[in-house]
Amino acid sequence: MNPLKTIAKTETKCYHCGEDCLEGKLTFDEHNFCCNGCKTVYEILSSNDLCDYYSMENTPGFTIKDKAEHSIFDYLDNESIKREVLDFEGEGFQKVTLYIPNVHCSSCIWLLENLDRLNPAVLDSVINFSSKKLTVNYKSDELSLRQLAEMLDSIGYGPQINLKDADDSKKPQKAFDKQLLIKMGIAGFCFGNVMLLSFPDYLGIAGVEEEYSSFFRYLSLALSIPVVFYAGSEYFTSALKSAKQKFANIDVPIAIGLLALFARSTYEVIADVGPGYFDSLVGLVFFLLIGKWFQSKTYAALSFDRDYQSYFPLAVQKRIDDAFAPVPVKELKKGDEVLLRNGEVLPADAILIDDHASIDYSFVTGESVPVARKKGDYVYAGGRQVGKQVRFVIQKEVSQSYLTQLWNNDAFGEKETHTKLIDKVSRYFTIVVLLIAVISAIYWQQTDPSQTWLVFTAVLIIACPCALALSTPFTVGSVMRVFGRNHFYLKNADVIEKLNATNTIVFDKTGTITETQGEALKFCGPALSEAEKALINTAVASSTHPLSRWIKQFTEVKGFDYTIESFEEIEGKGFIAVVSGLTIKVGSAKFLGVEKTNINNATQVHVSIGDDYKGYFSFEATYRKGLTNLLDALKSKFNFQVLSGDNDKEAERLESMFPEGSVLRFNQSPEDKLKAIKEIQTKGNAVIMLGDGLNDAGALQQSKVGIAITEDVSLFSPASDAILKASNLMDLNKFIKLAHEGRKVVVASFILSLLYNCVGISLAVAGELTPLFAAILMPLSSISVVVFTTVSVNLISKKIKLK
Amino acid sequence: MSVILVLILVSLVVAIAFLTAFFWAVKSGQFDDTYSPSVRMLFEDRVKKEKEAKND
Repeated sequence: MNPLKTIAKTETKCYHCGEDCLEGKLTFDEHNFCCNGCKTVYEILSSNDLCDYYSMENTPGFTIKDKAEHSIFDYLDNESIKREVLDFEGEGFQKVTLYIPNVHCSSCIWLLENLDRLNPAVLDSVINFSSKKLTVNYKSDELSLRQLAEMLDSIGYGPQINLKDADDSKKPQKAFDKQLLIKMGIAGFCFGNVMLLSFPDYLGIAGVEEEYSSFFRYLSLALSIPVVFYAGSEYFTSALKSAKQKFANIDVPIAIGLLALFARSTYEVIADVGPGYFDSLVGLVFFLLIGKWFQSKTYAALSFDRDYQSYFPLAVQKRIDDAFAPVPVKELKKGDEVLLRNGEVLPADAILIDDHASIDYSFVTGESVPVARKKGDYVYAGGRQVGKQVRFVIQKEVSQSYLTQLWNNDAFGEKETHTKLIDKVSRYFTIVVLLIAVISAIYWQQTDPSQTWLVFTAVLIIACPCALALSTPFTVGSVMRVFGRNHFYLKNADVIEKLNATNTIVFDKTGTITETQGEALKFCGPALSEAEKALINTAVASSTHPLSRWIKQFTEVKGFDYTIESFEEIEGKGFIAVVSGLTIKVGSAKFLGVEKTNINNATQVHVSIGDDYKGYFSFEATYRKGLTNLLDALKSKFNFQVLSGDNDKEAERLESMFPEGSVLRFNQSPEDKLKAIKEIQTKGNAVIMLGDGLNDAGALQQSKVGIAITEDVSLFSPASDAILKASNLMDLNKFIKLAHEGRKVVVASFILSLLYNCVGISLAVAGELTPLFAAILMPLSSISVVVFTTVSVNLISKKIKLK
Repeated sequence: MSVILVLILVSLVVAIAFLTAFFWAVKSGQFDDTYSPSVRMLFEDRVKKEKEAKND
């Protein structure tokens, strides 16, 4: 048989995950699948009559083939770990909430809420889509937590269980948000009713029906009490707090205004001299709360506070007597022997006692090519074992390891405080308003003493900076929404202002400005023919090594169909495969018996087909496309620095890319990176740090704005102020631009609201302020500011070509 | 005209009932996840489907 014979096959899409695959290569029930993983999931679902999963969305599944092996959940049998993970344990049933990162569409919701059809022991399961958390009630005598996790994993929805989340799930979820909603409900309810009750007064009906008008007024008074003292209470507490620190934030003039409104209105009603300003008062609180709610847009599924704990596993296999059993990582001591299986993370610094290990540090450094380690090597915590299981002897406790020590640094305490623009403005605003109120009171004291208090309160009422207080929340709220549409997720609204104050951008190298995927791959040697590529492709498909995956992508060609006859992987060296009668060797230079040509120290994978040595694949760092454009766009406003954990082999290339004057530092440990940021800061610079790994965590924390770069936002990213999807890194200049423009919008809306205030105050000083006028002017100013800010932010974002 | 007083009080009571319903909705977590209910209501009714399967 001619091994290089080609069989034409048409291209199609995998029925499960939608990846490209060959027609007829792997079929089941007349559907094509790209890999056995996807097919297995389909089989499980179809045998349980769950094929509706595929009818709701096309190819809803996640590709399985990237996962070499299913995750291991045996530690969930350990009683103490189980107790930590479970929400509730009752007589014969258990309740658990699991974080499932793969949830992304309506098919996912449907499948995960029909788990009881997969296993009748599941009583019910409910998914919270925004936080990607699945809550399951199940009969514990028929199904264990471990079996539940394995079942979810088998259908492609493996839960992510780790130290941090286990602690978090016990806390009541976002009590603050609920309280804000309730306050908004009360304020809105009272606002509507008080407005209706005020109409008779405005329309002059009260003059005819005197008896009702006082009834309406007392009812308004009663309705405004919960609004002022419950819904608006935080303005008073915040104002008191800032007054104690002798600093007037925006809540001080608001609190003064609210008090003046309430006191004046109550006085008017009780003394029966007027209708009061209850509708303005209640409306104001309602608008302020809406602003607060608009600004508090959060991403429930993202976590901005992750430390090493949320990346490290809950448990690890430790040798107890002659067998290995899972123990919580917290209990690990120096000298313990642990076993790491494929895909498991080493939780503490340790010494390797098996011959070979290949450790993937991609979450620590961003470097995705695994590092080979030999017997007796000291291995730092945070690496993921790839391939065969290996044993280590622990050298340090989890919290004392090289990497985790970073979190003992002061930078993880309180972050530097940032004075907001609105608070700077409000300081002067408060003083000016109080001055105007006092001066006009003194003036009226001389001319008409009966008007003194009325004018004094009228000035405070109309000057209440409602529009001023709304301009920032609505501007930053809109900016955050634009950012979110472009996969740039902010921890909170303050980050936008901080972004404006920066002048230095610090990049991590590996994984941040370099690609993390297989595009870094190139083949050195005589060009491979299509058929040879297909042969290699078939051979590497059986290998679980991460490099194989990239070689597979690289050698993907259409129109060939080879079968693999035998496959043998030699740990730490490579593999030998027989494909359609030809022996293919893939592995290290030593394994193939060739001289290693040392270029840039890049990782190399050598290949031979039959007896012919073909050449090698070289894994080099490639920089993300568009990086130089981005640097050009930013260089007028920013200085650049690069902090790389690697050696300086890339120095020349980096120097040519970065503008003159940029500082490049190499061989930076996690601590060094943190210190480097501190050093830049002591020179009076404010830093944006972009990093992707745990080793950048200290630097991200120390800098003014730490931005975590990640390929997939639902996966792990270190604690930061913002999370940016790697594919949108090149929009960074646009984000910064929009933040700048947003500031201008805020300033413009300040001016707008101050104009309203000038009109209002001049009327108030003249003693002409009527409740009707206040009831029109105050909502009008608020609404026009809200419309102005949201519309202009969206126009600007269109102009700078953000989605 | 005192009927106005009665009407206003009655309307307030009705409005408060709705406000209470809103509190209940917030407390019972109906605002925690605003996406999945919109999808969930479109799923086929399972009991009905099983019956149909038996009839076939």
